[in-house]
Amino acid sequence: MKSDILDMSNLCKNKLSELDDYIASLEGNKQEQLIHVLHKAQGLFGYLPHNLQLYVARALDLPAAKVNGVVTFYSYFTEKPTGKNVICVCMGTACYVKGAQKVLDEVLKQTNSKKNDISPDGLFTVKEVRCIGACGLAPVMTVNDKVYGNVDEREIADIISKFKGGHNEN
Amino acid sequence: MKLIEKMVSCTINGIHVNVEKGTTILQAAKKIGIHIPTLCHLDLHDIGIVNKSANCRVCVVEDENKNALVPSCSEVVRDGMKIQTDSLKAVMGRRTSLELLLSNHPRDCLTCVKNLDCELQALAHEMNIREIHYKGEKMSHPIDNTSFAIIKDSNKCIMCRRCVTMCNEVQTVGVLNPLKRGFDVVVATAFHLDLNDTSCTYCGQCVSVCPTGALAERNHSSMVWRALNDPTKHVVVQIAPAVRVAIGEEFGYEPGEVSTGKIVASLKRMGFDQVFDTNFGADLTIIEEATEFVHRLENNGRLPMLTSCCPAWVQFIEHQFPELLDVPSTCQSPHIMVGSLIKTYYAEKNKIEPKDIVSVSVMPCVAKKAEVSREELTHNDLSDVDYVITTRELSRMIKEAAIDFKQLKDQNFDELLGESTGAATIFGATGGVVEAATRTAYEMITGKELKEVNFKQFRGLQGIREAEVQIGDKTLRVGIAHELGNARKLLEEIRDGKSHFDIIEIMACPGGCIGGGGQPYHHGDINILKKRAQALYDLDEKMEKRKSHENEMVVKLYEDFLGQPGNHKAHELLHTFYSAKPRI
Amino acid sequence: MKISSLATLDKWRDELRAAVKFDIKIMVCSGTSCISSESDLIFGLLKQKIDDHQLEHQIALVPTGCQRLCGQGPMITIEPGNITYFRVKVEDVEELFNEHILNGRVLYRLLYVDPKSGESIQDFAKMDFYRKQQRVALRNCGEIDPKSIDDYIRRDGYKALGNCISVLSPKEVVEIVKASGLRGRGGGGFPTGVKWEMTAKSRGNEKYLICNADEGDPGAFMDRSIIEGDPHSLVEAMTIAGYATGANSGIVYIRAEYASSIPPLKKAIEDAKANGFLGNNIFDSDFSFDISIKLGAGAFVCGEETALIHSMEGNRGEPTKKPPFPSESGFRGKPTTVNNVETLVNTPPIIINGAKWFRTFGTEKSPGTKVFALAGNIRNIGLVEVPMGTTFREVIFDIGGGHPLGKKIKAVQIGGPSGGVITEAFFDTPIEYDTLTKIGAMMGSGGMIVMDEDTDMVKIAKFYLEFTQDESCGKCTPCRIGTKRMFEILDRLVKMEGSPADLERLETLGKAIKTTSLCGLGQSAPNPVLSTMKYFREEYEGYAYRTKKIAYSINGEKCIGCTKCARVCPVQCIQGALRDVHFIDESKCIACGACYKACPVNAIVKP
Repeated sequence: MKSDILDMSNLCKNKLSELDDYIASLEGNKQEQLIHVLHKAQGLFGYLPHNLQLYVARALDLPAAKVNGVVTFYSYFTEKPTGKNVICVCMGTACYVKGAQKVLDEVLKQTNSKKNDISPDGLFTVKEVRCIGACGLAPVMTVNDKVYGNVDEREIADIISKFKGGHNEN
Repeated sequence: MKLIEKMVSCTINGIHVNVEKGTTILQAAKKIGIHIPTLCHLDLHDIGIVNKSANCRVCVVEDENKNALVPSCSEVVRDGMKIQTDSLKAVMGRRTSLELLLSNHPRDCLTCVKNLDCELQALAHEMNIREIHYKGEKMSHPIDNTSFAIIKDSNKCIMCRRCVTMCNEVQTVGVLNPLKRGFDVVVATAFHLDLNDTSCTYCGQCVSVCPTGALAERNHSSMVWRALNDPTKHVVVQIAPAVRVAIGEEFGYEPGEVSTGKIVASLKRMGFDQVFDTNFGADLTIIEEATEFVHRLENNGRLPMLTSCCPAWVQFIEHQFPELLDVPSTCQSPHIMVGSLIKTYYAEKNKIEPKDIVSVSVMPCVAKKAEVSREELTHNDLSDVDYVITTRELSRMIKEAAIDFKQLKDQNFDELLGESTGAATIFGATGGVVEAATRTAYEMITGKELKEVNFKQFRGLQGIREAEVQIGDKTLRVGIAHELGNARKLLEEIRDGKSHFDIIEIMACPGGCIGGGGQPYHHGDINILKKRAQALYDLDEKMEKRKSHENEMVVKLYEDFLGQPGNHKAHELLHTFYSAKPRI
Repeated sequence: MKISSLATLDKWRDELRAAVKFDIKIMVCSGTSCISSESDLIFGLLKQKIDDHQLEHQIALVPTGCQRLCGQGPMITIEPGNITYFRVKVEDVEELFNEHILNGRVLYRLLYVDPKSGESIQDFAKMDFYRKQQRVALRNCGEIDPKSIDDYIRRDGYKALGNCISVLSPKEVVEIVKASGLRGRGGGGFPTGVKWEMTAKSRGNEKYLICNADEGDPGAFMDRSIIEGDPHSLVEAMTIAGYATGANSGIVYIRAEYASSIPPLKKAIEDAKANGFLGNNIFDSDFSFDISIKLGAGAFVCGEETALIHSMEGNRGEPTKKPPFPSESGFRGKPTTVNNVETLVNTPPIIINGAKWFRTFGTEKSPGTKVFALAGNIRNIGLVEVPMGTTFREVIFDIGGGHPLGKKIKAVQIGGPSGGVITEAFFDTPIEYDTLTKIGAMMGSGGMIVMDEDTDMVKIAKFYLEFTQDESCGKCTPCRIGTKRMFEILDRLVKMEGSPADLERLETLGKAIKTTSLCGLGQSAPNPVLSTMKYFREEYEGYAYRTKKIAYSINGEKCIGCTKCARVCPVQCIQGALRDVHFIDESKCIACGACYKACPVNAIVKP
């Protein structure tokens, strides 16, 4: 297990050097900007695998446990790779009272996945989000960057099917 | 400031009390004899250890002016405060917090390592909890029993964060940290790595402050029992200096009670074939270390030289400062020296096959459990020491063997590796090693007799201490640090080329070995540590011989077996080397 | 150009106002809801049209911030005449442009139809939704181009800052804000002036002003709308607060989820810097101030100021005990003021118009206005800014237009997961900090969720608790384990596996968590449960005694009256004439689901 984490060879060199440049460009106390660095790292790699967290820890001279503690505290950071399509179901209150729970259940069913886990076919990751500020369209879900408003649970199969079978819209 | 301006007054349960500004409600209540239960709270501010996270909510009391509950451990008394510690609201608040903790805690108290020594259990008893009203999901984390030193069972964790404070703020090792959040929060290593795969130093300070059984030493007593009951094995034991001034606490003695003779007696009763003294190894260490130091000093060697008796400290430098591995002395820790000699010198003298010897060390230390598994501390494929048991484990074994400790008649160590001087005794307290080394180095360098052997400037509990000693025409600059966070500061100075010391003593644990991770739990009472240290200095004071090189059995060892200090054979048996390790 | 005095600012403003005016101004709402309904595409098409007809000198096309009636978006407002079109679709652009712009005729079919009179309304100011609103915080939102500093200057932008620095001492600024009675809009309602004064009086040269833009209350989006729709007002307000408290560094802590809010804010900061409203020697004084942005990463608890500060320092966002307050020891251990977005943007108008003016709105103890995000089972979903003291009834029925289908409104949840429910009995209560606290709710950040008679309050309570439990930092015992236990009890109840004893347990535990938790999140986490238990106990008992009926229902908006459901119902509990909306008699329904399968238009709602 240990060797997996110490091995950084599966991390793209170019991305790492972009991350290095970003860290070098930070002004002031760099450790204080851990969250920004993690945002950058997640932006580059899509998620924060353990060896990348260790890489960040060393770059900022922080204990790895601290970095891992921060990563696992905030819901925005993910340690797992995401599916080809990321579906976010808004579970803000406005959406909830308009049936977001049913939307979420249906989306999980249709994608055959569990919350925050990549679906077996690798096509989807379904996440719950807290209010995307589109309460006027409740209930709302997004697939990648596209927003679907006033979603009815029975339309979901149609929406999802567009992203199955290779013809990905985005 | 006038005295009156520095004081504030409040009432607690209707009793008026004046206290200095900045006093907590808990302290004020204590002053007037009102007890408030606490759990996460830990205050050893004399040695820089304070956990006032106010998160367990077991110490809440009612602030009547605000009509609210406040945590007494960290809420500071303000003028005119009206505090009620026993109102229904306060009591119910505290009970609910405790019940909630218990609702998420395994009920295996009977077999738990902390049974009858557990702060959570004690509180449940004290608060007369007879039923837990809230039931539901409990944590289920795998137990980490991969390390030789520490077992981590997070299911027993109550998130007091004392270990996090110790590991991060005090020791600056940073291995333990809370991960995740909400109900799923868990104090863990990065990525839930096994402790063995991290930069854990095994100092055991997390263990020594853990209020429950979430962090405990790995129990080696069953292996020791097995050896004792194996007729083909010759079982030899040694005990460290700090053990003798602490173990009494487990048997109802006051802290600082010296029970060397009773320990020896009980070990013999348990069936150990020989009982030796790690203090012998301490004297030997001084000879070797002083020789090395004088050599470095006189040959423009790497200075400062750092002592190397503390295995947690050695782990620390290997992981955290791999570029400084030429700085510590190459001397093994004293019990390893004794261990090497048991399987060579003693074995030869008594014509015992080294492989038939089982060598056990009784230590105040958790890190020594991991130390004995180090590959470089073996000779001919045999570990220098086979098992390390802590002071606590020994006390449990004595009880298990139904030995009435208090009734035992004192007995003496066995001769060959049993003699020691006062210099060895003070190894157990921070500053003791360098004091002992100075006593010998002085005479080595000057060839004159040292009249005043007490170096009081080396003693005390300040985190970093420095002193100068005149040795002939040389001014020796001595640094002392206990707790690894303080050590880090001195190491950074060395790394940056700013250190002005010639020799530095470092001990990982607060107060040195007397505050070791394997000692009886101090439960946050600093006086216990102080009394243990004082007992060691008192012992030293009473000894006839107080310089290591006066130890006759050590002299004999060199004459009969080793030859000259620092020579090839001594190096092979008594010295070691260090290797860089990753920082995780 | 660096503006060095009030006079140069006045001159610039006059020039801008006098500059060429366009004949027509088309304002396309670019709030989140409208963008989600493709208002960005509509904007692009309009731009294309204008270019095609070479009308770029006659027509100003402006992407504005939120125009507030989000439920009816995308919205386009055209001046002159303040004519607002609703629910504009991409395919409407052609007709809209031809009719309104080229032919000068109003396109009636896209106007708002008043539900009461059935009449189309041209001027949005005459709509009930807008008529009763009073805008202070949202004064520019939806009417200016957020990316244009000129637009902001035209509307007296940076005048308040100029006044503060050129005319007033920091102490006087604090006094004005104190006198205005402005209270924190993000939570407990602590007086802003007093907060500023505490930091101003703290010793030390290094101080910080933090804008809390970590709008975590699900269902509230006013702060986002302000940042995206009027970012300069925030920049100006922060600079004023910095001047008053003695801080030279301002930091906006913003939710990572609000990625689209960052560019407009960054642009505003840059433009303010370029014009001398930020940076060194602002208005030629010795006051210097700068603003940077820090990203959150998704933690509701970071709305709590100590947690927010820890997060800004790169740590887990765990709260710590107060005192010490941030005003003594905050960011980097230095005196720090933490204000939320809405609070801050109230201050420039207060400086310009005076504390007395501000007090003409609202009530004695809660002066000014408050923005609410109105959502749930209500006709007009959107942002609503009303004077404090307005009653719930006015907001729900006059502004919100009541239930879209005329169903009974059962309760309003205010204050998000930390708040409580208000029942009909309290609909005439004036909305202000202290009255809300008295009836078991709290202002919070201003999410206002309307629930109709079909809403299951136990499930709502469970929803909120699941949220707080999920968002608990896990530091203190009551919040970490207590909310989990409460959630487990609710879960049991809802699954019909609970018992009457659970109700007592729930209540006792809820009260204990309120009193023993470390921070505001834990202290308020039981509110939704306790307040629903208080007002809807019978619903809890229905679950606890397992007497609750579980029934299907029909969504009247979708039902086409085909009678298929009634025909398959085995207990004949569905009524309704052909082509009329059908109803299910819930007391008879056995929840078999036959109607659900039979319905061709998905109008049947599962229990």
